Formats: sequence, structure tokens, C-alpha cells
Amino acid sequence: MARNKNQPAPSRALVRRETVSGYLFMLPSLIFFVGFVILPMILCIYTSFFDANLTANGEDVFIGFANYVELFNDEIFRKALLNTFIIVVVSVPVTCVFSLWVSSVIYKLKGPLLSLFRCIFYLPVVTGSVAVTVVWKWIYNYRTGVLNDVLTSLGVIDSNVNWLGDSSTALACIIVILLTTSVGQPIVLYVSALGNVDTSLTEAAEVDGATDLQVFWRIKWPQMMPTTLYILVITTINSFQCFALIQLLTSGGPTNSTNTVMYYIYYTAFKLYRLGYGNAMGVILAIFIALLSALQFKLAEER
Amino acid sequence: MNSSVKSKHPSAYRVVSLIVLIIFAILFLFPLYWIITGAFKPTTDIYSTDTVWWPTEWVTTNFEKLFSTRSAPLFTIGDIEGPTVPAAIRWLVNSVFMSVMAMLLTCVTASMAGYAIAKKRFIGRGAVFTLIVCAMALPKQVILIPLIREISAMGLYNTLWAVILPTVGWPFGVFLMKQFCEGVPGEMLEAARIDGAGEAQTFVQIVMPLIKPGIGALAIFTFINSWNDYFTQLIMLTSSSNYTISVGIATLQGESSTDFGILMAGAALAAVPIITVFLIFQKYFTQGITMGAVKG
Repeated sequence: MARNKNQPAPSRALVRRETVSGYLFMLPSLIFFVGFVILPMILCIYTSFFDANLTANGEDVFIGFANYVELFNDEIFRKALLNTFIIVVVSVPVTCVFSLWVSSVIYKLKGPLLSLFRCIFYLPVVTGSVAVTVVWKWIYNYRTGVLNDVLTSLGVIDSNVNWLGDSSTALACIIVILLTTSVGQPIVLYVSALGNVDTSLTEAAEVDGATDLQVFWRIKWPQMMPTTLYILVITTINSFQCFALIQLLTSGGPTNSTNTVMYYIYYTAFKLYRLGYGNAMGVILAIFIALLSALQFKLAEER
Repeated sequence: MNSSVKSKHPSAYRVVSLIVLIIFAILFLFPLYWIITGAFKPTTDIYSTDTVWWPTEWVTTNFEKLFSTRSAPLFTIGDIEGPTVPAAIRWLVNSVFMSVMAMLLTCVTASMAGYAIAKKRFIGRGAVFTLIVCAMALPKQVILIPLIREISAMGLYNTLWAVILPTVGWPFGVFLMKQFCEGVPGEMLEAARIDGAGEAQTFVQIVMPLIKPGIGALAIFTFINSWNDYFTQLIMLTSSSNYTISVGIATLQGESSTDFGILMAGAALAAVPIITVFLIFQKYFTQGITMGAVKG
């Protein structure tokens, strides 16, 4: 890439020198990457074929695909998978559309105002999942929560609702919190993408009498496709990983109505101490995410 | 300019969207407002079923309760223990130590590796880079179960290093620094080589100054992510004096789940430092997010 074609091919000594120095520069990072990402990944796949417990010196028993077979007959896992899908299917499009809308409103604002809005929508991410979860727990609280108070005085509901304790509302409540913590990064990305749109094209279109909406869909949107794709991928991964909300608010309940794969993995490994089974779920989850990412890339490429 | 003509007569759509936007902005600010006012509300306000929008009186009882529940030494280095302080203070110290170490190690290793991938034509470069991009798409939590065994085998379980080391291994930093290093002009590196500068010298004296904004972005990104990485902290840290502020507050939540006064005080303690850091370094942060996304 960096080398021009009309330059002579690098000599062998140079290639060797580049390779040696390249790996020396990579070395510190590679040690951490291989040690704490690649190796655990391999161990994860390996352990998923064993009946393993949490103690480091405990005996693991090889059981082949038994964990996977059990997984496909596990009703809680199926419920968790379904909930995870609901979360992803609802939160990913809403996040994308909402952040695109916010960005389109704020990207032409003056510097400080733009920064202010960008900051406000990013704040829930920075605040941290624990602090955010704890305050929402209070907002949703049956007796002292502000949500019940506001909605009853507005006349939306007749009597207080046990938002997190009712299996028909709990998952929706979780998704609302998840949404507030997901839009920050997409907004930053969309604002920057909208600012980079080729203005000569949009101005030419405006001179030709195109409406704002036409300019948006015909010119800006196609140019922002790579950003949208990236946002889809990160938001999907983000929604899959939603954990603190569930662990701290509902522990997967009531009656598994908010159980997700991520929480169930945690529960299996750290409450039931079944590491092998937890790892098998991890492998399945990783495959799902890989397939979904690949699908999103493919759809984007076709457009 | 067209746009200036338009802004004199804002369309109805634009006015409505701005109003809706401001409403959303208020809703997004509300949880933070609720944490901070809640932390200073007297108990009667907290337990009141009629919402108290503004504290009837600003009191510090919630913080006093939070600080008196547990205590721990301020720091522990080897056998040396610091003076006894409320556990929440120790948790803050732990969070700061963890995030700073993760940040420093990540910046050093990732900028070196990013430089190598962007500028060195070495054998296997493509393969390493592909591996890094693929690893980024995987959910981090999947590898945490095997990580526990690995960390235990290293004798680091229930220490802050158990959280720091895996954070440094996460490849996003390398990816981000590669993006920044690609902007370093090849001619400058070539010139340095002709002048007889060694590899290390070239990196420190020429590359580092040029990628400073990138290092800044990565530093603030790693700091915030590490501070808020609750899941890793939760499973790696088991004793109260090793907790971070996130795990500490989460534990309190389990113990006194209805005393929202204490919980808001804890949440404020966890959130205010990190929000301050974010606001100070906001510019770098925005740049990091956008650079990390250009051309995957």
C-alpha cells in the first residue's frame, strides 16, 4: 500500500529487517493478546467438551458433545436465547434510527451546542452500568419510584405497577435502560459521518430543487452506509452483552422473563459452578454473533 | 450560502424536532440528576411515595451511612497496610489504580503494535491483523470463564491484576492505533532511517509525537471502559478490600436493596469522578470513537 509500484522490490535483507523489527514492536501486545484473548478462546471451546467445575485442580471429565446436546434440550436456555433475540431485534433498529435522527438534528448546530448535546446523549454510557442500573431500580420502584408517581398523576395508569416484578413489563423496562446506554456512540459516529458528506453534491441537488428529504435519502444516506454498518455491528454486540442490568435488577426473573444468554452463562458458571456447560453456551453465543455480523456485512454489500 | 438563507426561516419540521430533541435531552439527563439529588436527600424524602423533585434539605447522612457500613485499609502493598478508611474510599482507590494501570499498559503496547501493523511490511502481518479484527467482534464475556482458571493458575485471582491484564489484551487499542499510525508519512520514517536512526529511536522521536492525539484518545477510552467494566470486576474480585467502586456499590445494592439514599450516594461516588474525566478529555474521546470506525 505505502510502497509505489515503480519503486524497486525491497531487498531480502530489508524484508528480514522489517519482519524482525515488526514482530519486536508487536511482541508486548501479542503476549497480552495471545495470553488473555486467544488462549482463553481455545480453552473455552476445549472445556465445552468436558464436565468441568470451578476449582482449579478439580478433575475434568471428557463427555464429548453432551453439553451441547443438553443445551438444545434446555428450556431455560431456549427462553434465554429468545429473550436475547427480542432485545437485539428491538434495540438495534431503535438505536440506529434514534441516533440517526438526533444526529441529523444536531450536526449543523454551532460547536458548543453540538458538543453539549453529544455529551448529554453520551452521559449514560460514561456514568457506568452499575450507577445507571441502581438509579433506574429506584425510578421503577413499586412504592417510591418516580415513574409510578408521574404516570398515575398523568392518569396513564390507575394504580402503581410493579414494573420489574411483572413478567409482562420487566423485559421492556430492561430494554428502555439499554437504549439509553446505547445511543451515545452511534450519535458521535453519525454526526461525524454527516459532517463528512460531500457538500458539492448536496448543494448541486439543492440548486436543482431537491427537497431536504430527497437530498437525505439519495445523497447522504448512501454515503453513510459504512458508518451504518459499523453501528449495526457494535450495537448488536452491545445488546448481546447486556448483563449488569439483568443481574442487578431482576436476576433473570420473574420466571425467566428477562433471562438472557449472557446472564444464563454467568448463572451456570458462577451459581451452579458448571464451567463446561457455561462454556458450551459461550461457544454457541459466539457462533450466533459471528453469523449475525457476517449477515449484516453481506446485506450491506448487496446494497 | 444556501444553509444560511434557510436558517433565517427555520422550517416547522426543524422547530418541532428541536423541541422533541430538548425533551429527550432532559430525559437523558434525568437519571444523573436523580442520582445526585438523591444522594443528598434526607431519609423522609427518599421513602416518600409522593415524589420529592428537589431535596427539602441537603444533607450528607446518606454518605455517612455509606462510609460507616464497612472499613478497609486505604491501600495494601505487600504486607504494608495503609490507615483504615471507609471501604468505599478504598474501592475508589482500587478503581483508580486499576484504570490507570490498564490505561498505561494499553497505550504502550497498542501504539507499538499499531505502528508495526501500519508501517512495517513483515511476514504474517495480514494474518495478525485479521485475527485482531475477528477477535474484536466476539463478546468479551465468553472468554471470561476460561480466563478465571488461567488467572487462578497464575496466582492472580482476586487481585486487581486479574482485571487489568485481560483489559490490556483486548485488541481494540491495536486497531485504533493502526488507524492513527497510517497517517504518519512514510518519507519521514525513510529519512530517519537514512540519517541512521535506530528503530526504537524512530518510534520514540518521530512516530510518538505524530500520534499523540491517538494516544490521548486511546488513554481516555481505556480508562473509562476499564472503570465501567463491571462484569470482569465482578467475577475476578471476591474480597471486599479488593472491590472496585462498581462491584462495591453492586454489593451494597444486594444488601440494602431499598435504602435508595445509600445507593444514590454510592452511585454518585462511582459516577462523578468518571464523568469529570470524560468532560475534561471529551475532545479526544470523540476523535477516538470516529477513528476507530473508519474503514473496518
